[in-house]
Amino acid sequence: MCAKKRANGDESGGGDPPSRTEPEGSRAVLEGPEISRALTRIAHEVLERTKGGEGVILLGIPTRGVPLARRLAERIERVEDRHVPWGSLDITMYRDDLRLAPARALGRTEIPADGIHDSVVVLVDDVLFSGRSVRAALDALNDLGRPRAVQLATLVDRGHRQLPIRADYVGKNLPTSLREKVTVLLDELDDRDAVLVGPAKPRNVAEGDR
Amino acid sequence: MRHLLSAGDLSYDEATQVLDTAKELSQLSGHSVKKFPTLRGRTVVNLFYEDSTRTRTSFELAAKRLSADVINFSAKGSSVSKGESLKDSALTLQAMGADGVVIRHSASGAAHRLATWVDGAVVNGGDGTHEHPTQALLDAFTIRERMGDLAGLRVTIVGDVLHSRVARSNVLLLHTLGAEVTLVAPPTLVPVSVHTWPCAVSYRIEDVLPKSDVVMMLRVQAERMKGEFFPTAREYSRRYGLDRERFARLPADAIVMHPGPMVRGMEISAEVADSPRSTVTEQVTNGLSVRMAVLYLLLGGSESAIGNQEAQG
Amino acid sequence: MTQTSTAENAPVRVIRGARIAGGPEETSDIVIRDGVIAAVGSDARAQADAGGVEVIDATGLLALPGLVDLHTHLREPGREDAETVATGARAAAVGGYTAVHAMANTDPVADSAGVVEQVWRLGHDAGYCDVRPVGAVTRGLRGQQLAELGAMADSVAGVRVFSDDGVCVSDALLMRRALEYVKAFGGVIAQHAQEPRLTEGAQMNEGVVSDRLGLGGWPAVAEEAIIARDCLLAEHVGSRLHICHVSTSGSVQIIRWAKDRGCDVTAEVTPHHLLLTDDLAESYDPVFKVNPPLRTTEDVTALRQALADGTIDSVATDHAPHPVEAKETEWSNAAMGMVGLESALSVVQHTMVDNGLLDWSGVADRMSFAPARIGRVRGHGRPIAPGEPANITLYDAGTTRDIDPAALVSKSGNTPYRSMRLPGRVVATLLRGTPTVLDGKVQ
Repeated sequence: MCAKKRANGDESGGGDPPSRTEPEGSRAVLEGPEISRALTRIAHEVLERTKGGEGVILLGIPTRGVPLARRLAERIERVEDRHVPWGSLDITMYRDDLRLAPARALGRTEIPADGIHDSVVVLVDDVLFSGRSVRAALDALNDLGRPRAVQLATLVDRGHRQLPIRADYVGKNLPTSLREKVTVLLDELDDRDAVLVGPAKPRNVAEGDR
Repeated sequence: MRHLLSAGDLSYDEATQVLDTAKELSQLSGHSVKKFPTLRGRTVVNLFYEDSTRTRTSFELAAKRLSADVINFSAKGSSVSKGESLKDSALTLQAMGADGVVIRHSASGAAHRLATWVDGAVVNGGDGTHEHPTQALLDAFTIRERMGDLAGLRVTIVGDVLHSRVARSNVLLLHTLGAEVTLVAPPTLVPVSVHTWPCAVSYRIEDVLPKSDVVMMLRVQAERMKGEFFPTAREYSRRYGLDRERFARLPADAIVMHPGPMVRGMEISAEVADSPRSTVTEQVTNGLSVRMAVLYLLLGGSESAIGNQEAQG
Repeated sequence: MTQTSTAENAPVRVIRGARIAGGPEETSDIVIRDGVIAAVGSDARAQADAGGVEVIDATGLLALPGLVDLHTHLREPGREDAETVATGARAAAVGGYTAVHAMANTDPVADSAGVVEQVWRLGHDAGYCDVRPVGAVTRGLRGQQLAELGAMADSVAGVRVFSDDGVCVSDALLMRRALEYVKAFGGVIAQHAQEPRLTEGAQMNEGVVSDRLGLGGWPAVAEEAIIARDCLLAEHVGSRLHICHVSTSGSVQIIRWAKDRGCDVTAEVTPHHLLLTDDLAESYDPVFKVNPPLRTTEDVTALRQALADGTIDSVATDHAPHPVEAKETEWSNAAMGMVGLESALSVVQHTMVDNGLLDWSGVADRMSFAPARIGRVRGHGRPIAPGEPANITLYDAGTTRDIDPAALVSKSGNTPYRSMRLPGRVVATLLRGTPTVLDGKVQ
């Protein structure tokens, strides 16, 4: 469940992730209203691309992809007055860097009751970086069933891809240096909505696995 | 490398992590995920000196569902049965590069000894009359699934405590998790120093049942029935068996557990064993998730997340 | 450290500057001629200075009477892979012993004049110390029929100590008969006190640790019940009884009570029971597996006190060598026993002397005089005085050493003191004036 958090540079131990606070020396590049607008826009884009949201399932990648998926589902419901199933997809067991760190606690995987077969799964993550967690998510998805299509939504795309992966929906493109760290705060977990950019700890730059 | 040799190796946080991980894994299994790539390229050896198809199969399946390569060394048809010593087996496993070894052995402490001879993580799959930590974990998991949090739950363990590795591991683990454990047995089947254990003891099952949220019945092995520990199987059954009348003394939501295989009629009557409040089959299912969790947490990362840092000695 | 002024055939040796255990504070010279102590003290100095003698510089060393072990397993015949009479005798010499009793549980069992004479001869030929065979009480140690005790007593081995050690003479009637029978030749029955039914499947001391580890318990009562019975038997028939390896606080109380009643009972304690406790089993390392088992701290305290006040008469090693494979295994499959000859004196110093429970004259009594008296060993356990046989151990109590199993002279390395630091070191051992060990090395 803390896969994302760790990969973003926070190497504290397993278990439920603690709330994030603003790291020292970081600045906010997105605040609450902008995040809200970005999600609303993504909701509209999803509806357009999927012809009204037919068969769409939103799966957030823990930790912070999950509340984002829920928010997107609520927005789509508001716009189109249709229920969009959403859930979470833990990728820990599929990560390619498991052996680089102590065994991690697993996140929650909750798939809507009808399963994902023949649906359009929109994976939702907070930050798209190396693309490796999306790769892991695709593997995890593969074990759960065979969707008609898989799409990817991310609040922030910070570049530096290591795999041929791109997002279908992006809240904000955020060109960053590898020496920087991107932190997403969400009200549900952190009592505040914000995207922060600050200096990364050196080892996390080296890991660069996002 | 860390090992799981005793239920006492697990702190509250570690034990909870195992149970949480097992919970997630059991839910994924419900979603038809049969196999995770997590331990791909890792080798798990099942070193079984005692016949136990049930436990060996459970560990084997757990390792395979995590994509580990599994090698079974069992006492039958291998060098083990030809008198090869535990040390020689250990050196063989070491040469094979086993990342994890699950050992089941009739000698108490065999897992500890093995851990001093191999580099891989050792999981105690039951050693003599010492411990069986994954059984305790699956019992705790089963209780948690049925009853919620273990803190403050009253768990009664009935039977041959003296010779039971399941009882030893359960007393340690359930205590760690905050349950109140009471052992019930004839005085001949209770260790002499039981007063130093973190549990209560009673010789009268009737007194304890009304105050039990969980009753765990232990198997009484046939070799104990030769008249040394209690006069006859019938008398044991009459004084300590869980029959319908005693079952009725339990609180309405209490559950009945048994690590299996059961001696129906003696320890537990058939109608109790088959009641919906009996968890016997769930325990088997939960064993798989718990063992997957243990293997994942020991072998999944660069270092183990749980367990004994190193074997003593 | 030895300056050898050329000495012709029968050298005169002088131990120079040793402090004699139990002797005066100032140092003495000990002059040895023809294997006998010729002079001790300042009188000796003139002779020492005369030249033409072999001088052993013992400055700073303690001179103890050559140690006598009542309880050693030399394994020959039968288990020469673990120890032989010769290797065991060498280990004994390195430990400061000039006489050892070789237990009877060999293969074949030392239950006849033939076997005890063979062992005696092997010891004699090896020459490192006097090997006194112990005869079995019952044939084949089977506890059913007395062995030919008289024949063994009358043999060249001159057996005086009889024991089924390793198993208990549990049959009360047979024990009574044995106690009575050996009166004819001044023998003593050394009982391995272990009630067999109470110790079926026993693996370690029964208590908190055994219960936690799931290892079969060896309850103290199994030892104490036999000791109590045998003390009463010995008293009833007016015989001499010796209790092997006393290990519990309760046993000490019973022996104290029996001695108060006038029962002719003696007892020994092993060095390991003076130092080690059952919690060492938590590693499941069978190097700590021994019979009787390691007990609790309370027992250790009582044993030390009993040795100090004389309730327990002697220290005996129960030196029990085992090959590597007998110990590198699961606890319950492992052999019971520890080597001890080469560490005994250091352990006694550590557990009894350094804490003030016993002085060095007490050590001389418990490790030389008393065991020689109990075993009726002639020529050993005598004071360091003119006219006495020159069986002498020179000991440096002021040093420490780390016990290294690989460095042991014994054929087996199953020492529980592995990588422990212990005080003291045997520098030299003289058997009837001839050094068997010099500068810590076998000669």
